Amino acid sequence: MNKTKAVTGLAALALMAGLFSGCTSGNNNATNAAATNAGGSTDTATEATAAPEGDAAKDIKGDITVITQRTDIVDTVFKEYAAKFNEKYPNIKVNFEALSNYEDQIKIRMSTNDYGDVLLLPTSIAIKDLPDFFEPLGKKSELEQQYTGLEERTVDGISYGIPITVNFSGVIYNKKVFQDAGVTEVPRTFDQFSAALKSIKEKTDAVPLYTNYASGWALTQWEADLATVAGDREYVNIGQVASDDNFVPGQPHYELYKVMYDAAKDGLIEEDPTTTDWESSKADLASGKIGTMMLGSWAIGQIKGLAANPDDVGFMPFPTNADKILVPLSDDYNLGISIHSKHKEAARAWVDWFINESGYPTVEGGGMSPVKGAELPEILKQFEGTDITFDTLAPAKAGEEGWVDAIDKEAEIGLWQPDFKKVIIEAAIGNRKQSYDDIMKELNDKWKAARAKIVSAK
Amino acid sequence: MPKLSNLSYKNQRILIIFLFSLIPVALLVTFSYLPVFKMFQYSFTSWDGLSKKMEYIGFDNYKTIFTKPEYFAVFKVSLYYFFATFVQMGLALYFATILSFNVRMKNWFKGILFFPTLLNGVAIGFIFLFFFKPEGTLNTILDLLGLGALQQKWLLNPQLINVSLAFASVWRYMGMNFIIFLGAISSIGSEIYEASDIDGANRWHQFRHIILPSIKRILQLNLILAVSGAIGVFEIPYVMTGGSNGSGTFVIQTVDVAFKYSKLGLASAMAVVLLGIVVLVTILQRILIKEET
Repeated sequence: MNKTKAVTGLAALALMAGLFSGCTSGNNNATNAAATNAGGSTDTATEATAAPEGDAAKDIKGDITVITQRTDIVDTVFKEYAAKFNEKYPNIKVNFEALSNYEDQIKIRMSTNDYGDVLLLPTSIAIKDLPDFFEPLGKKSELEQQYTGLEERTVDGISYGIPITVNFSGVIYNKKVFQDAGVTEVPRTFDQFSAALKSIKEKTDAVPLYTNYASGWALTQWEADLATVAGDREYVNIGQVASDDNFVPGQPHYELYKVMYDAAKDGLIEEDPTTTDWESSKADLASGKIGTMMLGSWAIGQIKGLAANPDDVGFMPFPTNADKILVPLSDDYNLGISIHSKHKEAARAWVDWFINESGYPTVEGGGMSPVKGAELPEILKQFEGTDITFDTLAPAKAGEEGWVDAIDKEAEIGLWQPDFKKVIIEAAIGNRKQSYDDIMKELNDKWKAARAKIVSAK
Repeated sequence: MPKLSNLSYKNQRILIIFLFSLIPVALLVTFSYLPVFKMFQYSFTSWDGLSKKMEYIGFDNYKTIFTKPEYFAVFKVSLYYFFATFVQMGLALYFATILSFNVRMKNWFKGILFFPTLLNGVAIGFIFLFFFKPEGTLNTILDLLGLGALQQKWLLNPQLINVSLAFASVWRYMGMNFIIFLGAISSIGSEIYEASDIDGANRWHQFRHIILPSIKRILQLNLILAVSGAIGVFEIPYVMTGGSNGSGTFVIQTVDVAFKYSKLGLASAMAVVLLGIVVLVTILQRILIKEET
């Protein structure tokens, strides 16, 4: 709107362009590194660094940098981890770096060679490109004996990351609010859930369903419940890819977001979604000002931490009309090692120790440990012996890996982006002329066109 | 050892000029020209921003942009900022004129008006997010003034959201316009005002016949910058709403395409198109303004 604005506009362009150019300069170097590495991924697998056990542990030396997304505990809990780690590996010095907006910042860092030794694999990087950036951790067939959840970040049978925790997704709710509203039984179907929200609205002062619209990312949490709505662990990676009708009535996506639309339309969400605040929403759920929020298990610990009575915070599966209730388990971020690390053995030692011995997956991560045979977290024990099953998603068919993502990006739908969820809420509260069916039709058209393009290209 | 003084005066001059411009030119090339050049290059690829492979696809990205109307629909939003530009320049000119005369606590007012320009855009976004909340500052003030009936959900109402955002933008950038106008007005000699006083001119006459003609050039410059700025609006809506609820602009869309959908090639092409539009508008304005004078 004036000089500075014009400058800002240009600066934004220049900034973006700068990012791009930064990417190439790093790109060339990395290409060389990748070329030497790409000698055959099977070779590299056998060369995967593995940390020795016992006395040999004392011999590993090195100074490693661990990059994490946990800005909240990097100076407290992580420092304690480092101290414990040093009891076993006295000659490794661990430095931490925490990024507040992990996904975006690390992607830019990764265009250089300097992105720490141990880091979380960004979810937005294409799976097939992982070998260019990360050290192989071993053959999946071998690592599988020890860990679950490896299939999400595996290329050609080689694993590049181990999940820091395994999440389950669904509805986090305040039991006290449900009680006050007279809802005694945990709602299971769409109708029961919607009835529960309505009674909360009528009988209490709480917001029945808080969307966290303004934060954006919180809306993407809904997508994780797709498998529950489908009631089928194969739907997400296999069924979806095989279908041209991903967003038509009766299909899981349609039913899933219909819950969101109906709640918003019936005034069961917050008064002004455009100005919601994530941090305060956690406290509000804990104190009973909010009835439900759609989140992953990772949030349970954070919300309980703010509650006067932590037992009020409960978890239930997303409502579904499927025959059985499936709560999908999915990886949180995967932990991996930079291909440019100078102390790969030391880095590997940290990865193994962090997953197996630090206690992070269940305590701080709030989900299940990826280590096979590990104990279930407390909150899940209530579901033992019920008809609710917890299961990982079936991986894509061979040769179709990454198709969901490729179609999604090509179509600019954004399954894991907030955009169309925001549109749904805007339409539901009357800010847009589109109906729910219009939105779904538009998405389906995009899906269909992009799917045709991706399928024919492969 | 070669000495500078051995060279002729002319060569010394050339050498020194060259040496002094080396660093700024290097910075300019590294951070302005090279990125723009790269941007053009990427706009012909289907690169995702990270992958090692970069595929050249010719003009496909441009074809995509110009065949899909939704990419241009967002320019509608720019109109709000375009109209706000005139409010902003009007206010800036008004304050600059008043404060160029003798006013009590002149410097204090100047400071207040210029202050928002010093603040970080992200901070301003957050300030106004609280300002526009349903139980936020603006509605509270309206209530205190007995104007409770005017209370609104400023960012929820699709008719108001862009007006609210444009308002925040005006608040932020007005100070910059103001200081430029003030500088231009200060350069007018005081004897002209004295002479006009003797002739019996009032403040309005002085403004109309002395100030306005004297700062015409600056006015034009500010207008050009403001209009091209309105086309490239980014910060305020991005921080405050992320472009949701119908407040998305072309730059926000570009950033989304690049970083949400990992289509850096397409985003580069969009950036090139935006650059083209800004250049075009600027040239057009210059021609039109020249004709007027």
